[in-house]
Amino acid sequence: MSNQESAVTRRLQSVKHIILVLSGKGGVGKSSVSTQLALNLYKSTPTAKVGILDVDLTGPSIPRMFGVDDKGVHQSTNGWVPVYADGPTARLACMSVGFLLKNKGDSVVWRGPKKNGMIRQFLSDVRWGELDYLVIDTPPGTSDEHLSLMEHLTGVHSKLSAVIVTTPQAVALMDAIKCVSFTRAVNLPVLGLIENMSGYVCPCCGEISNVFSTGGGSELARKEELRFLGSLPVDTELVSLLDGGPSGQGADFTLLARYEKTSSATLFGEITGGIMQGLDRT
Amino acid sequence: MIATQMAVPAPDPKSIPANAPEHCPGTESDLAGKSEACAGCDNQSICASGVTKVPDPALPFIKARMAQVKRKILILSGKGGVGKSTFTAQLGWAFASEEDTQTGIMDVDICGPSIPTILGIASEQVHSSTSGWSPVYVQDNMAVMSVGFMLPSSRDAIMWRGPKKNGLISQFLKDVDWGPLDYLLVDTPPGTSDEHLSIVQYLKESGIDGAVLITTPQEVALQDVRREIDFCRKVGIRILGLVENMSGFVCPNCKGESQIFKPTTGGAKKLAEDMGVELLGSVPLDPRIGKSADYGVSFLDEHPDSPATTAYLDIIDKIKEILGD
Repeated sequence: MSNQESAVTRRLQSVKHIILVLSGKGGVGKSSVSTQLALNLYKSTPTAKVGILDVDLTGPSIPRMFGVDDKGVHQSTNGWVPVYADGPTARLACMSVGFLLKNKGDSVVWRGPKKNGMIRQFLSDVRWGELDYLVIDTPPGTSDEHLSLMEHLTGVHSKLSAVIVTTPQAVALMDAIKCVSFTRAVNLPVLGLIENMSGYVCPCCGEISNVFSTGGGSELARKEELRFLGSLPVDTELVSLLDGGPSGQGADFTLLARYEKTSSATLFGEITGGIMQGLDRT
Repeated sequence: MIATQMAVPAPDPKSIPANAPEHCPGTESDLAGKSEACAGCDNQSICASGVTKVPDPALPFIKARMAQVKRKILILSGKGGVGKSTFTAQLGWAFASEEDTQTGIMDVDICGPSIPTILGIASEQVHSSTSGWSPVYVQDNMAVMSVGFMLPSSRDAIMWRGPKKNGLISQFLKDVDWGPLDYLLVDTPPGTSDEHLSIVQYLKESGIDGAVLITTPQEVALQDVRREIDFCRKVGIRILGLVENMSGFVCPNCKGESQIFKPTTGGAKKLAEDMGVELLGSVPLDPRIGKSADYGVSFLDEHPDSPATTAYLDIIDKIKEILGD
């Protein structure tokens, strides 16, 4: 076991920051936040190298969001080559179990030990190269995947930090509190909390409806003494963009340009600023 | 492209110990203790001796307990946050609205139990009696069991790996004094993993009447539902149908309808056609649904005028019709 652990450590030696995106509840927007975070970090400097790892093994969404769900992973002598969402520029590397499935409708029915093995391989066998940021998108809950991640990443614990995503409803907030308890139990520094889906602007009359109520996130952050990074309203443009599937023109990487036009991009810019400040401090 | 590890061809729900190697064949397999992966495993000698191949001793007890339950329905969805728990609660309330229908709700989402909050019984505790754990009653004919009732504080996170979760699920089936039930609704966590395999394995002998799959209209959710349908077919669970949640939003101000989650690939309707599954109905997004869930009240009773209520009731009628009740 110990030499496998060091394989992970060796591989991730060249990664500067590892950011885990967590949430107790499913469907609050972890994957869309991870995607946005990766895109924002990517454009933060012209040379920033970003990796995104999807450890949601039974429900991978990252390939679809980056519009690369028709791509596959290649094997090289130095490990698996991740899928580069920005084509030949090769500054945005994605890895997900979705790339390994023959048919995207196939279910991955795995119990814990197998998931654990896959995560270890993702961390030790993928040729990430030099990365400024590695964003890890997790499945909901606090179970096998999360424990495995923490276990395998022990060697690089000083690079780890987490972002917690929630929506304003009571049910999601309760799960977010559990998630905060988890980060304390495993001694994982939390960069801050993001409230997603807070409010929806009616396209016909401009009225803001609180589809899932509002304000719960900042309240939770205050109580738990976490930094509140910001709230993101429901943005149908973003939903369509990330749901759109392959753009067909991988080479010129239109996703970023189209993303910059959405209203979320502006809001997320500030959130990214907060996250980067937090990273500098650690 | 390399095929590194494919999903197991036919999931053979097996008990894998926590310290098992990655390719553990399962303690009940013929290869237990003899396969390549077993070399070096702490359990190898136990597995090789054959004692692990006897069926789970809990199974006869589960069978006895479940003999009193007429209908067992799973609520599944590959994706999280699409409304599984909300739908389970509404279905439960709808069944329990008939006074002599005994309904049970079992929440097997161990790491994120939402059912207690949605039903407004988050502060309740489970009591044990000589006949087992007593479930929490929302009303006389509606019993609920969730791990949420067993935590000292709602802040506590349950950080359990698979085998521990499986143990608790088995206890929920074997040790809870459900009494005679007409319906047992099982609310599941997202995905296709330990909890799902376990519930299928434990209820194999008693029989599952079917599964209701919940989705939202976007492709990201539909992708996960396709996987869930694949899972149901692999393990042989009958799919009662598909429910599309959060389809369309009616603005409370101008009454104009808009699509928050656009069905870019044809939504649940197309998926149902493609996969040969019945579409039970679509429920529009009503902000009052979320609010009712936060306050733990029945949406159907509170807002009988909402289009979502009509949609829910139609779906529930369809489910009853399919089951032949």
